Amino acid sequence: MASEQNKDASVDKGFIYLPLIAGWLVPGAGHFLLRKWGRGALIAVSIVGMFGLGIAMQGKIYSGAHDVLDLLGLVGDLGNGLLFVLSRILGLGAEQVQVTTADYGTRFIVVSGLLNVISAVDAHNLRTGRKF
Amino acid sequence: MLHPSHFAALVLFALFASVIFGITQRETPPRMIRYGIYCFVLFVGSAIVLSWLMFLIAR
Repeated sequence: MASEQNKDASVDKGFIYLPLIAGWLVPGAGHFLLRKWGRGALIAVSIVGMFGLGIAMQGKIYSGAHDVLDLLGLVGDLGNGLLFVLSRILGLGAEQVQVTTADYGTRFIVVSGLLNVISAVDAHNLRTGRKF
Repeated sequence: MLHPSHFAALVLFALFASVIFGITQRETPPRMIRYGIYCFVLFVGSAIVLSWLMFLIAR
């Protein structure tokens, strides 16, 4: 009974969306904030690894939306948070997809963004006590 | 520039996606590992089955 009250008190303390925002901006950071070190490290390695492989395969980073498919790609890329911003600043990735592996790379980058959003939402669920 | 084969790209994609699915969709570490392996096998297995189906249809 007492432990449940303590748990509820710790769940309600502080800015509740911090793990969600931190997890979106930096892969795994939401879990690190909640002291889930193992899960956070695995998420960070997976998301950064997938994004890095996408860049190494000369995948395209979407910069604007000319049609619906571009818009969906841009939304996926934005899920990478600061990785997306960093890649835009440093000019990483290809402007045009010219080889087959670049097409794989583009998908890797988009999916790493989507997986990062899932991870950030998971951190939020841990923070609110919906998941343990 | 990295040029993985189609199968290598598939395995890498399945590996990373399965890790995230395992962590986010289950609550306890043993169940996370089981679900991650399940997702990985489904990703790779379904790709192999569909590849053979497409190969046989194209013949």
